[in-house]
Amino acid sequence: MAVEITSPQFKQNTRDALKDAPLQRALGKVREGFIHKRQVAIDALPEFDALRDSARDIKNHTLAHLDLYLEAYEEKVTEAGGHVHWAETAADARGIILDICRRVDARTVTKGKSMITEEIGLNDFLEQCGVTPVETDLGEYIIQLRGEHPSHIIAPAIHVNKDQVESDFRRVHDHLPANRDLSEPETLLDEARRVLRSKYFEADVGITGANFLVAETGTSIIVTNEGNGDLTQTLPRIHIVVASLEKIVPTLDDVSQILRVLARSATGQEMSVYTTLSTGPRRDKDPDGPDEYHVVLLDNGRSAMLGTQFQDMLRCIRCGACMNHCPVYHTVGGHAYGWVYPGPMGAVLTPSLIGIDKAGHLPNASTFCGRCEEVCPMRIPLPKMMRHWREREFERGINPATQRVGLGLWAFLARRPALYAFAMSIAIPALSLFGGAKRRYRYLPLAGGWTRYRDLPAPESRTFMQQWKQREALKQEARP
Amino acid sequence: MSDKPSPKVGLFVTCLVDLFRPTVGFAAIKLMEDAGCIVDVPRAQTCCGQPAYNSGDRADTRAIAENTIAAFEDFDYVVAPSGSCASMLKNHYPSLFAGDAGWQARAEAFSARVFELVSFLTDVLGVKKVDATYEGTITYHDSCSGLRELGIKAQPRLLLQTVGGTRIVEMGESDACCGFGGTFSVKYPEISNEIVGRKTENIGDTAADTLLAGDLGCLMNMAGKLKRQGATTQVRHVAEVLAGMTDTPPIGGSD
Ligand code: SF4
Repeated sequence: MAVEITSPQFKQNTRDALKDAPLQRALGKVREGFIHKRQVAIDALPEFDALRDSARDIKNHTLAHLDLYLEAYEEKVTEAGGHVHWAETAADARGIILDICRRVDARTVTKGKSMITEEIGLNDFLEQCGVTPVETDLGEYIIQLRGEHPSHIIAPAIHVNKDQVESDFRRVHDHLPANRDLSEPETLLDEARRVLRSKYFEADVGITGANFLVAETGTSIIVTNEGNGDLTQTLPRIHIVVASLEKIVPTLDDVSQILRVLARSATGQEMSVYTTLSTGPRRDKDPDGPDEYHVVLLDNGRSAMLGTQFQDMLRCIRCGACMNHCPVYHTVGGHAYGWVYPGPMGAVLTPSLIGIDKAGHLPNASTFCGRCEEVCPMRIPLPKMMRHWREREFERGINPATQRVGLGLWAFLARRPALYAFAMSIAIPALSLFGGAKRRYRYLPLAGGWTRYRDLPAPESRTFMQQWKQREALKQEARP
Repeated sequence: MSDKPSPKVGLFVTCLVDLFRPTVGFAAIKLMEDAGCIVDVPRAQTCCGQPAYNSGDRADTRAIAENTIAAFEDFDYVVAPSGSCASMLKNHYPSLFAGDAGWQARAEAFSARVFELVSFLTDVLGVKKVDATYEGTITYHDSCSGLRELGIKAQPRLLLQTVGGTRIVEMGESDACCGFGGTFSVKYPEISNEIVGRKTENIGDTAADTLLAGDLGCLMNMAGKLKRQGATTQVRHVAEVLAGMTDTPPIGGSD
């Protein structure tokens, strides 16, 4: 029921991704667009780094007292007339949501953008149970039509180009006259809006995610650019918020601090277009709003990260900056990672949530270039945590045998400087000779991973240590 | 030179320089001696331990780190011609000894004395110019660890500007990874290849005849790709040019 996991086939996934021409074109845009826009936004805000520090501190404080803030939050939601449902696992969360839908006899639910509903595989589940989910975020709507999953946490359809969207719309919106212009993003958006408008009114339940849950007031907050989230949560009779428990922050003041780094890091905007706060169901004098307000609070492995080397990951606000700056993401895109969360944040979070035995490639497929950590607004030490996953793999002996043997042999020598120097003084001059006049190899036994794509530069001559030893000996002799 | 006593520097050669490019080690020695240092090379060194560290093998990493720390205890400074290895020694060694107070103190005292070569010349020794000439147009790649963990960006450019006959042209995305990543390059060769392909495209766009950087791993990766593509770009470690030691053929040959 849950989302299919293809992370163990990461290597095959990446090969497929490299051959996917539309994907490769789309990734070029990630590299140029996101990086540049973020930089411009940050250059215009001198206090950005100080804001990152305080955002980090707010989340650290919250995580240190998570139980207290969660209780306070639940109390406030209840006071406002809402309901909090605790879901330990993905299955629990799906069950709770289905129960609510069944109770009100829901046929369709509209959905705002939510990675947590991806994590729990909600759409497929609802459909199998006879409830039709309708995605209302344009990107999510597009990939729903295509039967795909998001390839980016804030730009779910980044891998799709507009010609593909046009043909998907013409396939599914079969009433469309052939001469209707769908050649621009704006005309596509208009068409999606036209179709979705009636869905908002038909839906019995609206499901959204949450960027923040505020303990002080019991408020859930979403930030969007299309305004679809507002319609999703105010028009149907029932609003269900699905959020993981680390979304909690103590106060509205804290939220306003973190918001200042969120949109800048994500899209380079100062603020997203809509920041929508919801507290409980509609009150007597409210002009609109849902009759019922539910929050499904998902754990799904997160509380087990508390107090471990991976706790810092729970600071993540899902801005996407780490993947926007990742050379590996730039090369293979999001789907190759094989589960819900791609890029550096996925490389750390996915093993926590589905197990390192399934997600082992993810923390290994990093050059440790450190750019993710450099841009992360929450100052999450992503490479360090990927390394911790590699350590766990090594301890459990689940990395490939060839790597272990090679590494073991090398380490045996590297721990013994005299033996190492001796071995290298024999190997290196021989290898150097073999490099010929070109000073490089096109092929070298055991180095196929390297020489398939690159030449390997040959060693200059003898090792530095050999030459140094000789130089020192000559100096000694020269002394009277 | 001031009348302060000459600093005693231990050169951490790095395994790649030791095995593949000794000229870089001798260039480092020349640059530091020219700046008034007394340089020695302890024999009991091999590698900084990153292959083990980044493969999750903490026990071997720690054993290698203990050897290295012990070998360099008598020096005022420990200098490596690599941002990646210098950062390993400086930023990562102490974390290997968490919970072992004695060794941790030793590791921290050691780390405080560690520097990468070019930033050591400019930031510690106050070197402002070098006595070298190199006829050519140079483009410089910022290797990741040096750039992000040690803040090395302006220093090599500052000194390169003082090399006679040289013009510097910046490449696009000079701060993007070259795709080497140590064992990453052989564990995920297809991905690594794509990343280095973007890098060589940026290098090609500058029309520079020489590519420099401060880390041999990245240089071997970029040189290997350039040569496979048939480019004639000359690839060298920045220390070779700064020391005027460019008689040896470039990394990966010249044609
Ligand atoms: S890890 Fe940091 S950069 Fe990546 S999505 Fe989370 S907050 Fe953003």
